[in-house]
Amino acid sequence: MSANGQSPLLRCAAITRVFGQGARAVRAVDDVSLTMQRGEIASIVGESGSGKSTLARVVLRLLQPSAGAVYFDGRDVTRLRGFARRREYWSHVQAVFQDPFGSFNQFYPVRYVLRSALRLEDSALPRREREARMAVALENVGLDPASVLDQLPHELSGGQRQRVMIARAVMVQPDLLIADEPTTMIDASSRANILNVLLDLNRDRRLTILFITHDISLATYVSDTLFIMQHGKLVESGPVERVTRTPEHDYTRQLFADTFSLHGEAWHAAGGGAA
Amino acid sequence: MLVRVRFLRTAIHSGRFNTSLVLVVLVVLFALLGPVIVGHDPNAVVGSMNASPASHPPLGTDNFGRDELTLLMYGTRTSLEIGAIAGLVAVLIGVVVGTLAGFYGGVVEEALMGATNVLITIPAIVVLILLSVALGSRSAVTMGLIIGVTSWPWTARAVAAQTSSLRTREHIDIARLSGASGFGIIVRDVIPYILSYLGMAFTLQLATAVLTEAALSLLGLGPTNTISLGILLQWSLLWEAVRQGVWWTFIPPTFFLSVVSFGLLLLNSSLDEIYNPRLQGGGGSGA
Amino acid sequence: MPELLVAKDLRAYYRTGLSGWIRAVDGVSLSLNEGEILGVAGESGCGKSTLAMVLASVARWPLCVQGGTMHVDGRSVPLSGGLKGDGSHRGTVVSLMPQGAMNSLNPTQRVRDFVFDVLRSHDPHVARAETLDRARERLEKLHLPARVLDAYPHQLSGGMKQRVVAVISTLLDPRVLIADEPTSALDVGAQRALLALMVELLEQRIIGSIVLVTHELPILRNVAQRTMIMYAGQLCETGPTEEVIFAPAHPYTKALMQATLVLESATKRQRIEGLEGGPPDLSQPPGGCRFHPRCRYALEACSQSVPPTVVPSAGHDAVCWWLAQATPPPTAAASDGAAEP
Repeated sequence: MSANGQSPLLRCAAITRVFGQGARAVRAVDDVSLTMQRGEIASIVGESGSGKSTLARVVLRLLQPSAGAVYFDGRDVTRLRGFARRREYWSHVQAVFQDPFGSFNQFYPVRYVLRSALRLEDSALPRREREARMAVALENVGLDPASVLDQLPHELSGGQRQRVMIARAVMVQPDLLIADEPTTMIDASSRANILNVLLDLNRDRRLTILFITHDISLATYVSDTLFIMQHGKLVESGPVERVTRTPEHDYTRQLFADTFSLHGEAWHAAGGGAA
Repeated sequence: MLVRVRFLRTAIHSGRFNTSLVLVVLVVLFALLGPVIVGHDPNAVVGSMNASPASHPPLGTDNFGRDELTLLMYGTRTSLEIGAIAGLVAVLIGVVVGTLAGFYGGVVEEALMGATNVLITIPAIVVLILLSVALGSRSAVTMGLIIGVTSWPWTARAVAAQTSSLRTREHIDIARLSGASGFGIIVRDVIPYILSYLGMAFTLQLATAVLTEAALSLLGLGPTNTISLGILLQWSLLWEAVRQGVWWTFIPPTFFLSVVSFGLLLLNSSLDEIYNPRLQGGGGSGA
Repeated sequence: MPELLVAKDLRAYYRTGLSGWIRAVDGVSLSLNEGEILGVAGESGCGKSTLAMVLASVARWPLCVQGGTMHVDGRSVPLSGGLKGDGSHRGTVVSLMPQGAMNSLNPTQRVRDFVFDVLRSHDPHVARAETLDRARERLEKLHLPARVLDAYPHQLSGGMKQRVVAVISTLLDPRVLIADEPTSALDVGAQRALLALMVELLEQRIIGSIVLVTHELPILRNVAQRTMIMYAGQLCETGPTEEVIFAPAHPYTKALMQATLVLESATKRQRIEGLEGGPPDLSQPPGGCRFHPRCRYALEACSQSVPPTVVPSAGHDAVCWWLAQATPPPTAAASDGAAEP
């Protein structure tokens, strides 16, 4: 429960996920508990092998946890039996993934991927309304519907593809969006644009966003809360200002120390020329 | 679009592709148009028995006096028909079994692949012989069906492997998150990605089916009351053409069998080269 | 100080269709000093990877080198790739670590077999034992465990694989190592380790200098002495990294800087604006300055003719009309106290 007595939108209780068996078993996620409030932006930061993507898939219910429970808006959603229940869940929780090209079916145009998302809503919409919804969704992410709807994925740039994926995800007005490394495959100079689209959606629609990333600079730019994961365990969590200024765990400190920044002293002092 | 244009460009430049395509097209034209142009009734007696090509051009007659060239044309057509039906049946069954096993994984995969593996270990020729014997009379279509039904395991395994590796791709997850059903995902998000592979599987199955039919016919278990390349060979051997030196009754069918399989296999390997750019020769010195 | 590598007016185009050319590298000149790390930055599609291939003489069809010269240690080096001519300079004078190199290790071969293949391709008579000795010695010198030689690639972490590739790329003691996005897909700890290795290679004089191609400015800021910014196949700005980053002269560099996500503890959520739009179609690049359609300072001259080179301070130049107009004599420009390289 948060300070004002509201129940959290998302609660992960002791989630554990094991792959493999016996001696070769790998605990990809090890007893992780976290909560998110409505309207919050949080980031799970960790290096490869930290289990952050596995945790994201568990929250998305694409993967079953070996132990623990996921609560969404107070309801236990760990065991969603039946296709209809899963579809209902996905009308509230959506995702954007890392590879803007791989997220598309390369054979169909943009229109197709937006249209399929609309199927999550129970009532079938008449064509004109459908077109209008798709157009608005694209405009909200800064794309011109007319020049994008009938394009095939390879005809768009990486940034455009990712925006289409965001449009697809928010078209059904979900409460929670999981963004798994959404800008890792985008040029450094265009990352801020994609992040700003998401920040604006959070501001305008109170969309709760959970970022998964290995880039702590990105995480500090967008988040209210940071969760740091290492080897499947949650080693630190807290408001972003606190974690940035006074990290408690050694691993967090190491992450900050290792990240290259533009400020402070240059790590390899400018020498230039043989000593 | 880009993929198709690039495909055509590479295809046209590939010597292998051009050669094999020409071969296959020629054989098909021979089989389909030949009878129309030449117009003999294959069963009509047109000359004396075992007349050599010298006395009865162009390819002599068989031991019943029927025109060998016409027989060849009809024979090739039937063989291709059987091959096509077998190929279609094998690919269809293979796709269904393979995609289900590869997509769902787990118990479904174990069960389906287990059954498939068992079927692979049973020698197809034995099953075919038994089936052929059990069916008193066999039409070309029936032959195609039974050959197809005994050769799908190969395609199923290959399709299962491809589907299994596709399963982890992000566009499949996106489809799931959009509430698509398993069947819908297989049809729209898996099959288009393996279509080129299925085309290659089809040509391979066709080629092997043609040869399988020939083998069965030689054993006397080929299609009844039809002329196929295998049947021609069978008659030729039954009537001791080798001993009598009547080469025009067994060399042409053998030649056509070879050309058909060679052409199709070459086509298959050239398609593989086109779809897999890494197999193409390096354009090092600026080709 | 003699220059280690001098490249003048490099031009390399990709052939498209029957008669089209994509002008990926269109008139790039650069020079490298001994012991230096030169950074090459820019968006995807700016031609930096193509430039890397050209410098390493591995350009092959459909990439054709259309012009330019390169001299290393005063001697001319052939630029075209392919099987024509003597390929002995590849790997021994200039060596390339291509993008995603760590993923190109043969998964069915142990690292030591790969080392043997690489050395054997340059000297067919080299003995296997000798190659292993050389590799072991080099690994030890660079403080890496020799046991990696006996491992399969999948047994090594991403960071270790990339370091192994870096060592193998420099086994033949090339004068210049060109690393194309070596740190992408690596965790921050692994990035540091890889860059430390590269600095070590320089400090131990195993190689002469490094060209580091990346779109991540914070990395360049921390390891590169000089930086070049590329856009649409051409250079816009070159200079000491400190100046290029903190006192950028060219509007494109300024925009790149403003778009960079920085680790700031103080000002969270200070809005960062990324670059809008995308790079131009290189088969028909815009006339005049190629950046003018996206430039907020664009003048009429920008679309009409190629901009002049302006030198805001010693060793720092930029190619821009607006800059030429806006800047009076060099001493009044940018920041004070710009260090001499």
